[in-house]
Amino acid sequence: MIEFNNVSKIYKKDFAAVKNINLHIEAGEFLFIVGKSGAGKSTLIKLLLKEINPTEGSIKYNEQDVTKIRKRNLAEYRRKIGFVFQDYRLLPRLTVYENIAFAMEMICCSSKNIRREIPVVLSMVGLSDKAKSYPDELSGGEQQRVSIARAVVNRPETIIADEPTGNLDPETSSEIMKIFNEINKRGTTVIMATHDREIVNNYQRRVVELKNGLILRDTKSGGRVNEPKKD
Amino acid sequence: MNLKKTKYIFKQAFKSIWRNRMMGLASVGSVMAVLIILGFILLIVLNINNLALVTKESFDEIAVYIDDDADIELIKQMDKDFRQIDGVLSVGFQTKDYALLKLKSDWGDDASLLDGLKENPLPNTYIVQLTDVENSDRVIKRLKQHDGVEEVRFYKDAVNSLISISDFIKRVGSGLIIILLLISIFIISNTIKITVLNRRKEIELMQYIGATNGYVRGPFMIEGVILGLLGSFAAIIILMMGYNYFIEYLAGRYVTLLSGLSGYIVGLDMILMDLTIIFLTIGIGIGILGSLISLKKFLSI
Repeated sequence: MIEFNNVSKIYKKDFAAVKNINLHIEAGEFLFIVGKSGAGKSTLIKLLLKEINPTEGSIKYNEQDVTKIRKRNLAEYRRKIGFVFQDYRLLPRLTVYENIAFAMEMICCSSKNIRREIPVVLSMVGLSDKAKSYPDELSGGEQQRVSIARAVVNRPETIIADEPTGNLDPETSSEIMKIFNEINKRGTTVIMATHDREIVNNYQRRVVELKNGLILRDTKSGGRVNEPKKD
Repeated sequence: MNLKKTKYIFKQAFKSIWRNRMMGLASVGSVMAVLIILGFILLIVLNINNLALVTKESFDEIAVYIDDDADIELIKQMDKDFRQIDGVLSVGFQTKDYALLKLKSDWGDDASLLDGLKENPLPNTYIVQLTDVENSDRVIKRLKQHDGVEEVRFYKDAVNSLISISDFIKRVGSGLIIILLLISIFIISNTIKITVLNRRKEIELMQYIGATNGYVRGPFMIEGVILGLLGSFAAIIILMMGYNYFIEYLAGRYVTLLSGLSGYIVGLDMILMDLTIIFLTIGIGIGILGSLISLKKFLSI
């Protein structure tokens, strides 16, 4: 479904953020992208969202060449992908319900549709009783769940999460992971960038490890991240 | 565009205008200033052109003022000589008494002012009509050489100088207006920039979600248009009030002039509609351009 073919992104002064990336992701996969900061995780995500274009190589999404998407068709493309941020990005002046409704209003969706869908996603992330709360009344984990609800409410084919548990404690993180697992079980492709070793090791999914912009390894399933070698 | 989207766009636009009202005021003020100056120049040019047009009616006539010392023989001789000049169609005589009478009738109720005159100051005049305006210079030269001619008046000169004044004002004015237009586009684009920066997080989010351009750009465009429109309305009101005051001032001060020569000043009703259309178009144009510049600079994910 998603294909990176010999993709490189070179910034000024010959600094390559990613180099010769070949990556094929099937529909319905759950994929971890791991690596230290600066390894190229964010660049990979930005390339897929077409925030930036590769210097070389091609990226395909469902046979569509992502690098050739016109600016006016970009919004349409992005709707196929739900994005979950590390810092949640909820609008502080809107309630939980309104934050999710906002994402639906921007795209289509009749009021009737919105009233029907929001309770469904809220119950999926376990926040049915918080619909009227404001983001600053919620814990970090709860805010991230709202953010996930917002990402899935438009039923995207793919969910991309950039360090979704980066700001959360281990226990909350594992709750968040359960939700992603649930989303994946329903057939949505999940791509998650993380450096949380414990999560990766617990879930035993495909792991793509990046180092200095190169793919260090790509375990098809049951991937683990080794303990760093002690010097 | 559906109703909900429209509602959202307008709500956001008004919200950010209110949140950012001092800059908004500056934008409205700058648009207003540009348009007032534009209107001022337009009114001057319009009036001068109108004056030239009205004066043109006596275009092919030359007035020859006769020296008061000239005796009746000389005056009769003049008539004969003038008729023989090549390019003269006809010659008419107007006595100084008739000229005064005509003036009195022109002034109407204010004619009593003229009763105080001890002596008629107006000259006897020959009105020389030309076969063709092209010949004017040559004919004037001949007329001036004749004995007993005090002065030769030809309106073409007046008309020409009026037209050249209006051309000059047009040229200087358009330069000034272009500079002012650029300034107000700059000020509006800065105002919109502040809104864009204020809402950067929200806009980024919208772009990640895949919101259509209308949702992302709409509020900023509408904000620019509203600021431009407010500026043009303010300019129209101020300019029209000023012009009205000017006409009334003239009327109060030079009643006599105005009653006789009311055709010389362009009436408010004749230009209000056109001026409003011009101003609103320019106001909206400035607003949209200002928004587009800011959006292009600051919205690129």
